[in-house]
Amino acid sequence: MSGLEELYKEIILDHYRNPRHRGELDCPPAHKSEGFNPLCGDEVSLTFEIEDGSIKQLRITGQGCSISQASASMMAAAVQDKSIEDVRMLSREFKAMMSIHEETMAAADQETVSAASLTLGDLEALKGVVKFPVRIKCATLSWNTLLTGLDDLDG
Amino acid sequence: MTLPSDLKDRFPLLSQMVHGHQIVYLDSAASSQKPASVIDAMNNYYRTINANVHRGAYEIAAQATEEMEQARTRIATFIGSDSPNEVVFTKNATESFNLIARSWGGNALSQGDAVLITDMEHHANIVPWQILSAEKGFEIRWLPLTPEGLLDLSHLDQLLDGVKMVSITAMSNVLGTLNPVAEIAERAHAAGALVAVDGSQYVPHLPTDVQELNADLLCFTGHKMCGPTGIGVLWGREEILDSMPPFLGGGEMILDVRRDGFTPNELPHKFEAGTPPIAEIIGLGAAVDFLSSLGMDNIRQHEITLTDYALRSLKDRYGEELVIHGPSDPAQRGGVVSLQYRDIHPHDLSQVLDQRGICIRAGHHCAKPLMKELGVGATSRASFYLYNNEADVDALVDSLELAGELFSV
Repeated sequence: MSGLEELYKEIILDHYRNPRHRGELDCPPAHKSEGFNPLCGDEVSLTFEIEDGSIKQLRITGQGCSISQASASMMAAAVQDKSIEDVRMLSREFKAMMSIHEETMAAADQETVSAASLTLGDLEALKGVVKFPVRIKCATLSWNTLLTGLDDLDG
Repeated sequence: MTLPSDLKDRFPLLSQMVHGHQIVYLDSAASSQKPASVIDAMNNYYRTINANVHRGAYEIAAQATEEMEQARTRIATFIGSDSPNEVVFTKNATESFNLIARSWGGNALSQGDAVLITDMEHHANIVPWQILSAEKGFEIRWLPLTPEGLLDLSHLDQLLDGVKMVSITAMSNVLGTLNPVAEIAERAHAAGALVAVDGSQYVPHLPTDVQELNADLLCFTGHKMCGPTGIGVLWGREEILDSMPPFLGGGEMILDVRRDGFTPNELPHKFEAGTPPIAEIIGLGAAVDFLSSLGMDNIRQHEITLTDYALRSLKDRYGEELVIHGPSDPAQRGGVVSLQYRDIHPHDLSQVLDQRGICIRAGHHCAKPLMKELGVGATSRASFYLYNNEADVDALVDSLELAGELFSV
């Protein structure tokens, strides 16, 4: 079970069982972005409101595995009230943590916390996903969906 | 007759340990394991007679050609075909369907025509028709399912009106449902349509006779029947294959090439452009020998018994907490069991089982329209083959509890 405990940390299971920020906002004024994982059928739909360049509210609907749903829930909590610029930076850090380069794998083995990952907070619990490469897409689905939504704002 | 009890010993992979457990392989609907005899046949080709086929005058080229064509003959016999000329080698069942759609459909279908498929098709028997339909403008119709996951034939005759091709699976890769292909084919033929059959899940597991199936075309793939990947078959009635234009162009598929055009080769080479996957064809021939030596009737009986045991064990242990898709009667289905345990996502379930060395598949199984019908995004699927036994089923049944504990609310 040791491998599994690294993947299914208590905080992840908590977000899965009690997902935060579920629901849907009216569009407009909210913006909508949908993401799919074609491999497993997971889907996530985000609605979010931007005010003064920051994410004021974000709501999630969709279905999927514990990792995809917990990651979405944790993301919603993490980006609340953050500026779009900060959200993009956070997503870069998160995706860097999720990358399966060997040095990242090695880094994931160490219990040291880097300066950058401090800002990831609870999101760090998802670090264990890196050791299960097929599940990385589950963890990054909501982030990629949000980034697409933010890109569409510029478009 | 029953299958020998030591069958696992003939599959080198099945003695492996995964995460400290002996592997329990329950994903044969995705790809089967290979017996040593198949691996040896392919190695033997590379070690002793590796040469390109059909034009070499020297000894090993002649031997390679002989081995490959003998394999074709044995594969034809295996499915009850009259002639090896009716066995066309492709890359897989997906390519076989693309060949049918492109070659037959590209010639025969136009606006006002229709192709009938079913709600339980694999994407391989959906998308090639959709690609062609976008060009030709014909209609794609869908035969619906009953709540139990059988084909609903109550409106078949109306649905057949104007249909030129009925393209259906003989066995669902998700529900395990065995379809009444011969009956549908009879009604399709009466309506003037041809019948193509997806035998990917059927041919590896049940005695197959293309005459009994009443099919005009049959697609299947080698790697699900103890053979290697990269080799599939399109079987077709000779007069139908003869009427179809070539699919891919190149070497091997021509009799003559001139500046002003070409003359296609005879069957089956007309559809086999380029150097074929010789080792894979020889490997599939060895797989067919292996299956024949066990007896397809015995394999089918073994799987009915095992599926029955699995369905009963799962229901006895988990009752209402477990949903099993598809027919409840083991005689109406193959050894494919798609299940939903509580509200645990299939990805999570398969991840937990992996820790015990148990291999099951989670996902939409390349059947998204069916997933939509079932109202699910994905299922967990265990599938059995000749090498599985009751201990494998017990491991599956026991391990669900582990997932239940981890994800209990």
